[in-house]
Amino acid sequence: MGEKKGRGWSLGLAGLLAPAAFWLGIFFVIPLLFILAYSFGTSGVYGGITLGFNPGNYLKVFDPLYLKIVGRTLLIATLNTLLCLALGYPLAYFIAFKGRKYRNVLILMVMIPFWTSLLVRAYAWVVILGGNGLANKALQFLHLTDKPLNLIFTPQAVTMGLVYSYLPFMILPLYAALERFDTRLKEAAQDLGASRWHTFWRVTFPISMPGVIAGSILVFIPSAGEFVIPDLLGGSRTVMVGNLIQQQFLNARDWAFGSALSIILAVLLIGAIMYYVRRVGTDQLEGG
Amino acid sequence: MGDSKGGPLAKGLGNLSDRALLLFAGFVYLFLYAPIFVLVFFSFNSSRSTQTWTGFSLKWYGALLQDQSVLKAFYTSLIVGVSSTVIATAIGTFTALALVRYGFRGKGFTDSIVYAATVMPEIVVGVSLLVFFVAASIPLGITTIIIAHVAFNISFVTIVVRARLSGMDRSIEEAAQDLGANPFNTFLRVTLPLILPGVVAGALLAFTLSFDDFVITFFVAGVGSSTLPLKIYSMIKFGVSPVINALSTVILVATVLFIFGGGRLFIKKEEG
Repeated sequence: MGEKKGRGWSLGLAGLLAPAAFWLGIFFVIPLLFILAYSFGTSGVYGGITLGFNPGNYLKVFDPLYLKIVGRTLLIATLNTLLCLALGYPLAYFIAFKGRKYRNVLILMVMIPFWTSLLVRAYAWVVILGGNGLANKALQFLHLTDKPLNLIFTPQAVTMGLVYSYLPFMILPLYAALERFDTRLKEAAQDLGASRWHTFWRVTFPISMPGVIAGSILVFIPSAGEFVIPDLLGGSRTVMVGNLIQQQFLNARDWAFGSALSIILAVLLIGAIMYYVRRVGTDQLEGG
Repeated sequence: MGDSKGGPLAKGLGNLSDRALLLFAGFVYLFLYAPIFVLVFFSFNSSRSTQTWTGFSLKWYGALLQDQSVLKAFYTSLIVGVSSTVIATAIGTFTALALVRYGFRGKGFTDSIVYAATVMPEIVVGVSLLVFFVAASIPLGITTIIIAHVAFNISFVTIVVRARLSGMDRSIEEAAQDLGANPFNTFLRVTLPLILPGVVAGALLAFTLSFDDFVITFFVAGVGSSTLPLKIYSMIKFGVSPVINALSTVILVATVLFIFGGGRLFIKKEEG
């Protein structure tokens, strides 16, 4: 393959791009256009759909019942992101600056849960938080309660499961950002008389910002669209938008409303990413 | 805090805040691993309980091996994983080549689609494919699962291979062509071996994502076929049982072996 950096299309280029254009066009873009069209349709009583221009599906989201679910989703996803940051930052900092020759082992130990099946990780918490599970046994052992508490199927259980599942997504980009940090900058700040606390907030933290943002996106976006964890740990009482969408497609058979919810979720989340990418710049995000 | 000299972990952890940091890191690792250890531990329990230890037994592993539906789901996951990885790796590598080697109209748009497919919430991808397959009267089953997995894997392979390609020295290829190799031979004998670590990394990522995918598969699987994650989900829904612990343990061990095996393969390729 020679130098072909031109503006034009050639046979070779078309051949290279055709398979992806075919596959992503038919099985990614067109399906999205389908739900966009369906979101303006009207669902029939028996699950059929009539296309048209019906904004009612979007207005339905403002029903207090559904607004509450949207609000809960954003709240849980935000809480999850903050908790992952609070747990993940000190750990990434520890590995990057205090890990020394154990750095690779320590980061590998973060990778292993990250690669483990999400279902397996969620199941662990179903067992621990369930009926007379270990969490309840521990609470009783510590005399914090005398009878088993209802721990599973609560917003707290969902948040716990999310933090557990998404923590590695926060730690890895934070570590990548901190690892490249030139410690001489810290030394310089301290030589110039800055306290350690000051050095951290004025030097280290701002430099690690791309990692903080990349990690927050990687945690917030999928957790806001999460459906397995609230399904297994939240039950019917802690429903998130993901569960609401699933119900519309599989139980309620209101595909028009389900499509509208999907479009809203996609636009909100991708909009949030684009907003951040614009502000921070892609290079930094990819670097971090 | 500022000393960057090597040495044992304990050195430089003399002061209070460093000890607090070490303690906190230990706590986070405990949080990451304790639930997994609890799962593994109770997979060897002799009673049905996943909470109270009554004695050592391997009977749940026996029960797992007897469970035809688990084996069938595993087999389905393997077929889906391998076929979607092969297709997505080929398509993704071609796409990466096009994006790195050519400047063309619509490149920005192609880029956006590739990235959009990685950030689109899984549930949205899942329901849109369900709607599409139903509207196009394509019966749900293993074929639709493979189609869906290829669709989400193309982008990941493209991104990984592209990273490798853009750091590549073009002069070797030019030398091959100057020596008379045609473009096809140049690709096969020069370019491909050079980008192979990227292609292998992309394929490993694709296989893992496919093997582990639950949400998208959940919507496009239909009633007949079940992958391993779908099977685990329905087992959990049916009720907590040590058989799920045993299955989880097997998956965990396989994951760890896969990471080390994949890592080793990758390092060898890198050196070669």
